[in-house]
Amino acid sequence: MAKYRLTVNGSEKTVDVDPSTPLLWVLREELKMTGTKYGCGISACGACTVHVDGVATRSCVVPVSLIGKREIVTIEGVASDPVGRVVQSAWVEKDVVQCGYCQSGQIMSAVALLKATPNPTDTNIEESMGGNLCRCATYVRIREAIASASRQIKGAA
Amino acid sequence: MFASIRPLFVLVLFAITVSLTAKPARVNTASGLAAWDQVYSVLVSPRCINCHTATNYPQQGDDRHRHFANVVRGPDGFGVPGLNCISCHQESNADSTGVPGGLNWHLAPLSMQWQDVNDRPLSSAAVCRAVTDRSKNENMDGPALLKHHAEAFLVLWAWNPGRRPDGTMRTLPPISHDEFVAATRTWVEAGTPCPKGR
Repeated sequence: MAKYRLTVNGSEKTVDVDPSTPLLWVLREELKMTGTKYGCGISACGACTVHVDGVATRSCVVPVSLIGKREIVTIEGVASDPVGRVVQSAWVEKDVVQCGYCQSGQIMSAVALLKATPNPTDTNIEESMGGNLCRCATYVRIREAIASASRQIKGAA
Repeated sequence: MFASIRPLFVLVLFAITVSLTAKPARVNTASGLAAWDQVYSVLVSPRCINCHTATNYPQQGDDRHRHFANVVRGPDGFGVPGLNCISCHQESNADSTGVPGGLNWHLAPLSMQWQDVNDRPLSSAAVCRAVTDRSKNENMDGPALLKHHAEAFLVLWAWNPGRRPDGTMRTLPPISHDEFVAATRTWVEAGTPCPKGR
């Protein structure tokens, strides 16, 4: 076991865990932040996506020992971000969610996309969101919501 | 007296000057080509060629299959926002989860593709031409190529590729890193000769 000081959604947290523990389980089991979901455990589905220093990161495959001083943002903190708020509101507007299990990961990837590419093409959306699976197949509404969020971001600029 | 031996003196002086300034190849071309064969055997091993693709995606595994999860190259070889290489690949291997990692994980540029668009490795001659073309290889001359092979982090990773998700060790290139560097040095000292052919 080892102690790690993590910055999660702007707050400092200390955890005492095995160094090989994936970040996902530190968030869910140690910090009780269950908005980030376990899907596949092998970074194949995207349900566990969080931001690590702004980069959409699959938390199920990143051992906590490799996080270092990088800042973590989870779905619980995304509303504190202007782009995150716009994306959440677009998700509600387009009624994207069906079962909802994958959606926190979808939103985290969408926010990362829109921060880097505020006016994404359909190809940009397909490539950036290609690693986030949705068994309810809400893909069409996800794409509409990202396009809507993009328009709102442009309008606000 | 001196006048009579002056031509000989000048000749000796010239010979000394030439011997001090000229850099005759210490390795002949045949030895250089044999060394290149060893270098090539590493470059086309899965640990290297999987990220030297001609397509918009990396490969993985010893069977060099397309990287799962629809991972794409992106404009600079680092993936795309939301699905960057570093979305999973950290600065070092994560043996507890089986995800390989190394500093600045990314695909080689398309100019350094060592396979064709159908994922078949290029010939030894074609890879050699690409590797020695300074318009394609980030302007590296022989000594720079040797330094790259000896020290570049992602090159070194090939001999420390970590564990697969099932806990077994990933396959290493066919020769050791020391042998790879020695072969590169021999090839460079021979003037980086390339095999003939397409």
